[in-house]
Amino acid sequence: MNFVPHTPDDVESMLQALGLSAVDSLFDGVRAVVPASQVPDLPGHSEFELRRQLWDIARLNGRPDQTLCFRGAGAYEHYVPAAVSQITGRGEFFTAYTPYQPEVSQGTLQAMYEFQTMICELMGMDVANASMYDGASALAEAALMAMRITQKRRLVVSEALHPHWLDVVRTYSANVEPEIVIAPAPGGRTDAEQVMDLVSDETAAVIVQNPNVFGIVEPMKVIGERLKSLPALYITACYPIALGMLGTPGEAHADIAVGEGQPLGIPLSYGGPYLGLFASRMEHLRQMPGRIAGIAHDDQGRRGYVMSLQAREQHIRRERATSNICSNQALCALAATLYLALMGPSGLRDAAEQSFAVSHQLAEQLAALPRCSLRHGHPFFNEFVLELPIAAEDVERELWDHGIVSGLPLGRWFPDRANEMLFCATEIIGESAIHRLIAAMEEVLP
Amino acid sequence: MSARTIFEKSREGRRSSYIPQRAMSPALAAQLPAELLRERAPLLPEVTEGEAVRHYTNLARKNWAVDVGFYPLGSCTMKYNPRVSEHISSWPEFSAAHPLRPARAAQGWLRVMYETERMLSQLCGVARFTLEPAAGAQGELCGMLMIRRYHAERGDKRNTVIVPDSAHGTNPATAALAGFRVKTCPSKGGLVDLEALRGLLDSDVAGIMLTNPNTLGLFERDIQEICRLVHEAGGLVYYDGANFNALVGRFRPGDMGFDVVHLNLHKTFATPHGGGGPGAGPVGVVEKLEPFLPVPLVRKGAEDFELEENRPLSIGRLNAFAGNALVILRAYVYLRLLGTSGLREVSGDAVLAANYLKQRLVTAYEPSEPGRCMHEFVLSASRQKSKGVRALDIAKRLIDLGFHPPTIYFPLTVPEALMIEPTETENLETLDAFAEAMLRIADEAETDPDVLHSAPHDTPVGRLNEVAAAKDLNLRWRPGQQSGSPDAIW
Repeated sequence: MNFVPHTPDDVESMLQALGLSAVDSLFDGVRAVVPASQVPDLPGHSEFELRRQLWDIARLNGRPDQTLCFRGAGAYEHYVPAAVSQITGRGEFFTAYTPYQPEVSQGTLQAMYEFQTMICELMGMDVANASMYDGASALAEAALMAMRITQKRRLVVSEALHPHWLDVVRTYSANVEPEIVIAPAPGGRTDAEQVMDLVSDETAAVIVQNPNVFGIVEPMKVIGERLKSLPALYITACYPIALGMLGTPGEAHADIAVGEGQPLGIPLSYGGPYLGLFASRMEHLRQMPGRIAGIAHDDQGRRGYVMSLQAREQHIRRERATSNICSNQALCALAATLYLALMGPSGLRDAAEQSFAVSHQLAEQLAALPRCSLRHGHPFFNEFVLELPIAAEDVERELWDHGIVSGLPLGRWFPDRANEMLFCATEIIGESAIHRLIAAMEEVLP
Repeated sequence: MSARTIFEKSREGRRSSYIPQRAMSPALAAQLPAELLRERAPLLPEVTEGEAVRHYTNLARKNWAVDVGFYPLGSCTMKYNPRVSEHISSWPEFSAAHPLRPARAAQGWLRVMYETERMLSQLCGVARFTLEPAAGAQGELCGMLMIRRYHAERGDKRNTVIVPDSAHGTNPATAALAGFRVKTCPSKGGLVDLEALRGLLDSDVAGIMLTNPNTLGLFERDIQEICRLVHEAGGLVYYDGANFNALVGRFRPGDMGFDVVHLNLHKTFATPHGGGGPGAGPVGVVEKLEPFLPVPLVRKGAEDFELEENRPLSIGRLNAFAGNALVILRAYVYLRLLGTSGLREVSGDAVLAANYLKQRLVTAYEPSEPGRCMHEFVLSASRQKSKGVRALDIAKRLIDLGFHPPTIYFPLTVPEALMIEPTETENLETLDAFAEAMLRIADEAETDPDVLHSAPHDTPVGRLNEVAAAKDLNLRWRPGQQSGSPDAIW
């Protein structure tokens, strides 16, 4: 199968116009300097054959209609209105390029502007960009931005930050060699006093995630109030659906707010593409990475949308740009825009409250199993840690035999937590799903 | 068609019920103390589904896209995006899988990733690929961090990266992000100036970043010599794969002497651009750089595929999970549809179409370089500029005539640049119609320049005043903002 439309006659007439006899001769110059290549002979297929083969491969991932998933840990399945994929599936959106020609890109540009507005509203921040790759890389860019603004290199990071996110911060900042200090989270919650003890004159930023990696709601405002009068910046990472209920980064006096936007209408997709959310206070606008859309007018006074402040970006500023980011996650940002437009303020609150309610119901029932208990005592949003009488890895394996993706065995990230499992439930988990999990757990546990 | 935002169409109290509403019990609600809750509800739109669908459908109609028409953006490879890739990527077996599933529950995904990695390695002539980078620029960062790590492990502190003056902006921006000082190498006759390069090479050079064919659409014919010189100076050679569509299935960067290669799956491998993303930027390396690849990597175990996390020399993690999996899946489908012979046709016909179009246009426009090109070419509007017509005017007039403009004002080395890449998926009738439009515009530049200066004429908005917009910034909607004027139907 191929998608090249040129008939032999077309090829012939193009070659004739060029005074050539074969397409191959267009590569004579290359052939003269590159050794005869060993490109292997990969077979091609018809669409019909390939769909059959892919179906066999797809089934190796299990039967989605019979699978239950109680895992979050940075990626969350929420209900997505059917209209979201109907719109993102329009070719005018998904086969468009970056909107460098605004007159023929008003659709993408206006959607970017609406997305930025929604993210600002959700987070209570002044200005948002049009997306980063994912939450973790958005956090890494935020840390770099804070070090640029303050000209300092110390990062005070909550111990309860998602460990993969911290890894990405380390990768991105390798050349700056930041001094990363971990603020303890005794009992699973970041301790505001201890954070403040670690903040010094050399601190570029404090980084706290809410809810944190254990699902616990952090004292965001307490930390923010204390930091307000200090030069260190406050970077917060959020779970956007939780913001249907929880206090916003803006209310907590965050300077830069990031988040993983995947829960806003984007499928789990084995890890991507996701959506990095990035917002800031207005005073730091010119240090922000990424594309930003804004309103402009033509000479007849008509309103339109353009990519604004491009002088920060790599295609203009080159080695002095605020980031190297070029392609972002525009189509995922469109999905999030549609999700938020369809759900509205009350729908978003419903999704948050029901995730909260269902996960608390689940926690209660799991903690009632023999020799199981909740690890932490602090308020949580929709994730919690269950202490098990046996190794969590064993529970994971046996639950999959029941078609259940269990909570995450925390020993994978924290070696001293081998008997702990991080469970999650959102509004899509019904009573029968909880019954099925509890029944399977009763079989699996000794 | 109005430019009013969804917020201006919102009416308090309009709502849809996508999930059942249940009141929270007071006991449960009490578990979250008030100081942890938000003080004010977000001002999100309140619209019905019908209103939202109509609003965004009308936005879609204001967009140019590959599905709408010819999109000859140089260095962007705007080819047709096969629908079977879209179809398969929507299967819940793939799209509903949690990224941290146990490997046993994700064997289909891991097999797709493993086989994609193998195919890309074979097509590029390198030892191994990572599929982790989410876009070309993140691939570049991955590559440059590996180069940094490679030298560091040898106890060799090197701080300079060389980038040709014709390079994409991401190259110098990435080198800087990875902590390198950027030195620009001038071009001569559109190619890297070997003498200048010799002068720049010293023991501080960590590497050079090259696109081949370069952004002028020319094959760097001294590539073996460039690689030899850089290697001799102790540096590594990085391949920016933005232009791999010119060579795919025929020649391999590894055979040219490159050490690190990034590919843009959203260019050469036909995954959609999405209005600016998501893409994917896999990175391949020769054997000596393999230990530094980011985690996780897919490995084939005794029976099963698994994700390998523990690699002590790795540069680390670039994203929370294993990369833009659904983009990788689309590219996998494309690779298996076409096979090597199909890919050879891709590069062959892409180069043929570009040469044909160039031949038709050089009568009216000054080419950056005479002679043959690879998959793209650059024209300069220098002849037209003497009549007061700029590349920007030509671009906007093309919109009137039914085409998306080429990339303009890039590369920076060509004044009034128009960079044209037709790709292999446009038929001869379209190529001819585009050539006719360009020739007509060249005529108009002589006879009726005003029609070019005032273009485009039929779009929802005319040229927007970006300078005024940058002074009076409006980057988000606020209630009470002056509402938009009714605009003409496009």
